[in-house]
Amino acid sequence: MPERPTTVAIAIDGVDVEAYQGETVLQCARRHQVDIPSLCFLEGVSTMGGCRLCVVEVAEDPRLRPACATTVAADMEVTTESPRLRSYRRSIIELLFAEGNHVCAVCVSNGSCELQDIAVRCGMDHVRYELRSPRRHVDASHPKYVFDPNRCILCTRCVRVCAEVEGAHVWDVAHRGHGAELVTELHQPWGEATSCTWCGKCVAACPTGALSHQGSAVGEMRHAPNMITWLVAARQRGEWTEPEARR
Amino acid sequence: MTRPRLATVWLGGCSGCHMSFLDMDEWLFDLAAAVDLVYSPIADVKEFPHDVDICLVEGAVANEDNAELAKIVRERSKLVISFGDCAVSGNVTAMRNPLGDPEAILQRVYVDAPDRDGQVPRAAGIVPALLPQVRPLHQVIDVEAYVPGCPPPADRIREAIESLLAGRRPPATGESIRFG
Repeated sequence: MPERPTTVAIAIDGVDVEAYQGETVLQCARRHQVDIPSLCFLEGVSTMGGCRLCVVEVAEDPRLRPACATTVAADMEVTTESPRLRSYRRSIIELLFAEGNHVCAVCVSNGSCELQDIAVRCGMDHVRYELRSPRRHVDASHPKYVFDPNRCILCTRCVRVCAEVEGAHVWDVAHRGHGAELVTELHQPWGEATSCTWCGKCVAACPTGALSHQGSAVGEMRHAPNMITWLVAARQRGEWTEPEARR
Repeated sequence: MTRPRLATVWLGGCSGCHMSFLDMDEWLFDLAAAVDLVYSPIADVKEFPHDVDICLVEGAVANEDNAELAKIVRERSKLVISFGDCAVSGNVTAMRNPLGDPEAILQRVYVDAPDRDGQVPRAAGIVPALLPQVRPLHQVIDVEAYVPGCPPPADRIREAIESLLAGRRPPATGESIRFG
């Protein structure tokens, strides 16, 4: 039997819960069925804390904290839902929609997209910001997969899973600010990236329609981020049992 | 008591939202009994009338005619509803925006693409000029509510219209606001 982790008491939305020493607020909340929305977080790879959707309020701290990058501490009082948090989360989602070219109606991930689901959850019935409409080019040079940067939210799940789980580090982020974009190798077409093992973990991890299987039509794409989580846990445990919650 | 005056308008869209409107099937009889349909692509009315109570607007603002009609709709309607993803977000109609200058797009579509005799259709007063960028309706005129969907399912449209007729805003939470 694995050693039982040391625990501390924290409160989530006014309910006292047992937190494991060293775990994050997000992990603790999800263990207790409190589903804080997130996009860049993926259990099994390193934490980025970039999307800011999982922000929570911590008592006596005026700043909002990203739940995925905040370690629990004894007697911490966390609030995961409030008018302020709802307002920030909705703004974040709207900014993501305004930043890229997310046209749900003609997306391979329509109907099974984390961004689309979170937009519903955050009450986004329209986008208040001006659309940026950037010109971005689809890379369909890979024999098995397609990269559509119009739908990319730069969560970097693909970058992390490729570098940390597959060990190939084909993906990375080039440039900065509004010019930031995902690139394969040294900004070569994906199909020419000799370091790509064709493993498809980046596609499995993607929360939107940015990475898909060649030939997927509208609404056909199904991602499998839970597979990454299961794979990493299986490696750690040395047990390759069937995943419980395969998407 | 007079019946509410309902209008539906078709701007830069594919008419799919209106097809979905017709998918409300037999409830259309109830609707016809409850409102006066004073303007619509499915009614032969040439001019957008005054004193409209509720106007559903399908489509984004893509050309000069769309922009002009949107302003008339706003002036003459109490409640303007962005009806479907193109009106709400630009959607497919706005996919030309990243390509920039509409002249280049017209050139590509009407001149470069055909095998022969390519020409850009131009007829002053008949073919309206494209705007430099396609815009969601609420960025051109004020809008009271949004009914997303491509198209919004018939049930969602019915829910929205029933809310409006009852003096409420259409639901702005849950699956009622899913895009796509």
